[in-house]
This record gives sequence, C-alpha cells and structure tokens, in this order.
Amino acid sequence: MLEWLNPVKGFGVTFHTMFKKVPTVEYPEVKAPTMPRFHGRHQLNRWPDGLEKCIGCELCAWACPADAIYVEGGDNTEEDRFSPGERYGRVYQINYLRCILCGLCIEACPTRALTMTNEYELADDSRESLIFTKEQLLAPLLEGMEAPPHAMRLGETEEDYYRLGSQDADAAARADERNSEAVQ
Amino acid sequence: MGIEEKLPSGILLTTVEQVVGFVRKTSMWPATFGLACCAIEMMSAGGPRYDIARFGMERFSATPRQADLMIVAGRVSQKMAPVLRTIYDQMSEPKWVIAMGVCASSGGMFNNYAIVQGVDHIVPVDIYLPGCPPRPEMLLDAVLKLHDKVQNTKLGAHREREIEELDRRRMRMLPLVEQTGGAAQ
Repeated sequence: MLEWLNPVKGFGVTFHTMFKKVPTVEYPEVKAPTMPRFHGRHQLNRWPDGLEKCIGCELCAWACPADAIYVEGGDNTEEDRFSPGERYGRVYQINYLRCILCGLCIEACPTRALTMTNEYELADDSRESLIFTKEQLLAPLLEGMEAPPHAMRLGETEEDYYRLGSQDADAAARADERNSEAVQ
Repeated sequence: MGIEEKLPSGILLTTVEQVVGFVRKTSMWPATFGLACCAIEMMSAGGPRYDIARFGMERFSATPRQADLMIVAGRVSQKMAPVLRTIYDQMSEPKWVIAMGVCASSGGMFNNYAIVQGVDHIVPVDIYLPGCPPRPEMLLDAVLKLHDKVQNTKLGAHREREIEELDRRRMRMLPLVEQTGGAAQ
C-alpha cells in the first residue's frame, strides 16, 4: 500500500527527536547540586567561637579502611589553646589518593569535628598536592569566630562545649523539621 | 607597539604554541582502559547524560594506535601491568594519561601484593582523579583540567626548559611530615 512512505517515516524519528528535551547536563557551566548527604571532601569543623572541634583522638584514622588519614595529637596549654579539653589535632592529613570517601571516619568521630562537604572537584596533577593538610581541611572562620589559639569563651570546661554541641544539634533538627513542614 | 596595533580589527593574533595546544585539546580521543568499577562511571560519562563528546572526545578508541589519552579506570593488578604498558607504548605521541579513581592513582584501599600501588609506577600520569569511584562530573572535571594543561604546554626548546624547571622544582619539594630520624629525637 503505502510502502513507499517507509524510508520517509525513518526521518520522522529524527525530526521528532529535535523537539524532545535534551537530557545532557551542562556540567562545567551549570553545576547541578549533589544529594545533600553526598560524600565529598572532608571538613574539620569549629565551635562557634572558632576553637577546633578535633581532639586528636585518631579514631578516624583507626576507622579508615584505606589508611588515608594521618593524625598527630598535641597537648593544649592555657597559653596555646586550639580546642576545648586536653588535646587537639596538631597534624591532620588526609590522602585523597587513598581515601574512598566511605564516611566511616565521620561515623567514628566523637565530637562531630570531621564531616563531609559536597565538594567533589578534586582532580590534580601531582600526588603531593592531593594530600590535604589541616589548613586546607579546616572550616573557614565564620562571623564571630576567631582563629585559635585563644581561651575557651563559651564555657568554663570542655563539658560546657560538648553540651552546647547537643543543644546545637537539637536546634538544627528542629529547624530542619520546620523547613520540611514549610516545604510540604 | 608591535604588529597588533597596525592590524585591522577582526584579525586575531596568537602563538603557535596556543594554536597547537588548542588543536590538541579539542580533539583528544581516549583509549578505553576500563579495569573495574570506575569503568562503569567512565561509560556513563560517555553516554548521553554526561556526553563526553562535548569536549571533543567523539568516541572511545578501541585501538591504542588512534588514541591520545589513556583513562586508566580501575585497580591495576601486577598481572595487568605489562599489558597496560604495552597499550601505552602503542599509542602515538603526543599522549596523556588520567589515573581515574584512587586504585589507579595510588592503589587505594587495596594496599596488598596483588595491586600496583599507582599506575605512575608504570606510565607517566598527567592527572590524578580521586574518588571511589569518581562520579562522571569528577571525570569531566579531570578532563577539563587536563585540557587546561595541554593548552598551556610549550613546544620544542621552550618545552625542554619547562621540563628542566619542573624537575628543579620537584627536587626542592619538602615532605609534608618532617622526618628527622631516630638520632635527632
């Protein structure tokens, strides 16, 4: 019957595709946000007054299945205080050529000092530059923070800080709930 | 000063190095070297969603003779090492290597006798890409960083001087952890 139309029908597919939505991401120009809990580069967090949360306990290094983390603890003194409590992480390095971004270090961290960001653009051209040191991993100083060393400002003892942390977490959880309700 | 000011508008001047760099970077064909899970992400980068063809990598070459870029995706076992080297030697100059994923870059979590602890023991690596496995965006980012490097590569005598300078800089590099040895402590 209309068999002579078949070769033309084939072009119909091509023509139809021209009006379809393009699924290609425009990666380098437009960066689509990752999932909120995406495992990206690490970050060493700070207390609201700028003191470091890391206490140099090395639990992250012990939890690491790839042996990517190297920690050396140091003693805080009254003059040189980097974190509330006795100890702080004097040397902190993560080798991103070993790290598999599994997040076991995050689970092991007792003070929530180590968390992960959503940043993933890590490629570089030498092995040395992919060993991130403490300066690169530390969170930036926000408003009201002062770079350590300085004295404890949010409490008398480290215990006050740790309780503050749980209050912070509660407040954050409540804020999250409010947000999700607002979205719904 | 110079010829730029005497030219009529619409004429662009550039150096031979920049032109060669541009030509090299915009038609770089990768040789597939998928060895493990990273290869899945590499295939994904070649698919329509991430579409590596946007960067001039129109197809993954199945023959090393027609490839410029080797993407080593996955852990390289000791047994695979000579094969990898052969493939690299068969590629025509100029050629580049991306070590995709932590296993190819340094051995990753497989710190054992079966796995080569980084392909830079076998071939020179231009870009290391961490991640286990890296998402396709990370691969595209690595490719773009390599493009940048290729664009700014020098030629001839300039290149020789650049290599010397890089060597000197490497010799001066200090280790991240100071190791004084037993006697000093």
